[in-house]
Amino acid sequence: MAVEKALELSVPARVEYIAVVRLVVSSLATARRALVDDRVDDLKLAVSEACTNAIEANREAGVDQPVVVSCWEAPDRFEVCVTDRGRGFDPDALPEHPPVTDPDRLNFERGLGIPLIRSLVDEVRFESGADGTSVWMTLFGGPDYGDETSEIVRVVIAEQE
Amino acid sequence: MELGLQVDDSRSPFTVLSVKGEVDVYSAPRLREKLVELVSEGHRQIVADLEGVDFLDSTGLGVLVGGLKRLRSHDGDLTLVCTQPRILKVFEITGLTTVFRISGSIDEATSAS
Repeated sequence: MAVEKALELSVPARVEYIAVVRLVVSSLATARRALVDDRVDDLKLAVSEACTNAIEANREAGVDQPVVVSCWEAPDRFEVCVTDRGRGFDPDALPEHPPVTDPDRLNFERGLGIPLIRSLVDEVRFESGADGTSVWMTLFGGPDYGDETSEIVRVVIAEQE
Repeated sequence: MELGLQVDDSRSPFTVLSVKGEVDVYSAPRLREKLVELVSEGHRQIVADLEGVDFLDSTGLGVLVGGLKRLRSHDGDLTLVCTQPRILKVFEITGLTTVFRISGSIDEATSAS
C-alpha cells in the first residue's frame, strides 16, 4: 500500500518545542486516522522521546540545525520519522539497566527513552550514521486496518458526522 | 503548558506535592528543583500527586527515580498517587511499578505507615 507524506515539521532543536510537536502529530493522528485514544497516547510519548533524543544529539554535536519530524500515512499505518544531525549511535549497543529488583536500579535516571519507544510503537527502525540519526516509528491501525477496534471506531466516527 | 507544583504540608509527617500539566524534558527540571528543595528543607515523606499530570515522559520518570533515591538516602520515601491508565502505563512498561509505592488517593498514601 502506498505511503504518502502527510506532514513535515522543522523545529528548532530546543526542548520547549517538543510540546508543539506532540500536539501537532497527535492531532494529525486523531483527525486523520481511526486510531483509538490509547494508541494516540503511545504515539505522543514515542514521538516525544525521539525528539528529546534528537535535540540532545544535535546539542552534543554542537550543530545548530533543526530537528525534522515527518508523518507518513497509508490506509493501514501511520509512520513518524524524527531526524537529527547529531553524531549517530549504535542502537544495539545501548547499556542495559539493572533489573528493577536491584537497588542499583535507582542509579539509572536516564536511558529509558529508547526502551519506551520500542515498547510503545509496533515497529521502530534506527538509521544512524556520522551525520545524524533518523528514528522511524510505525503504528498499525487506521481506516483500512480491518481489525475489530478500528471497525468500532469507524462506526462511532460515522455516527458523529 | 506550565507545570503546576503545589505543596501541602498539612498532613504531617507527609508532604503532598501536587503536580499538574505535562512533565517532559522542558518542564522536568522544575520538578527536580522542587523535590531537591523539599528534601533540603527536611521533608522526608513526600507524596507526589500525579492525578493532574496530562503527560509524563522518561525524563519525568528519571526525576521521580532521582527523588526517590535522594529521599531513601535520608531514610525517607517518595510515594506516588496515580490512577490514570495512560500515566500508570509508563511506570508499568519500565518496570518502575515495583520500585515506587503507587497509591490510588492522597488519603490512602498518607494513611499508610
